[in-house]
Amino acid sequence: MKRQLSIIVVVLMVLMLGVIAIGLSFGEPPDHPMDRYFIENSQLESGANNVVAAVLFDYRGLDTLGEAVVLFTAALGTMLMFRIREEE
Amino acid sequence: MQMSLIVRTAADVLFPFIMVYGLYIIIHGHVTPGGGFQGGAILASGVLLLLLAYRYQEFTRIIRMVMMKSLESTGLLLFIIAALSAMVLGAGFFYNWLFPGGLIFGEFVPFGPGPANLNTGGVIPIMNIAVGIEVVGAIGVILLALLSGIKERI
Repeated sequence: MKRQLSIIVVVLMVLMLGVIAIGLSFGEPPDHPMDRYFIENSQLESGANNVVAAVLFDYRGLDTLGEAVVLFTAALGTMLMFRIREEE
Repeated sequence: MQMSLIVRTAADVLFPFIMVYGLYIIIHGHVTPGGGFQGGAILASGVLLLLLAYRYQEFTRIIRMVMMKSLESTGLLLFIIAALSAMVLGAGFFYNWLFPGGLIFGEFVPFGPGPANLNTGGVIPIMNIAVGIEVVGAIGVILLALLSGIKERI
């Protein structure tokens, strides 16, 4: 009974996600004024040829700072978990 | 466990090339695809290659945990200082104050595709380098911590 229930749940989940995924359009993202703004102005405003780098480090620098802090915290947590105990 | 002679020699030969490629990805972050995170991960993969080819104790005699920790902290500090340096000059946090006419990385970039110029981008290359240092330190710390628990038969 439990097994059948889990199979039904899996099938329902696949159907749900599949219907949503089929409904999406691939390859043609809708035109947004923000994209155009970044493509046309990022070179003149930030001076970087790479628009992705301009967005990462200039327009949304605070977001990148958060990413760096997340990585720092991950390393800190790993160090805390695997610290070498002196008494052993 | 120490790997065989073939693996160790191959790791020795490959290591400098991996380092050079990672540094290239970091330094060219504002011109070509890539950047601090990706280049730092490549550098850390080179460290992992040496770590897997040699014994843990032998490796940590040369590259210590403290070095990786200080690299991590230095990178994050450099990143925050590069972001804060704009506030000293009266602009906002993360303002790109080096770009038009700065001392370094300050050359003008015309609109559209053009030849790559490393001397552009303002504070973006500095932040790329800072993030690269931080990522190699953080991943190095994680690798050293995770592999420190292996009981080795020498």
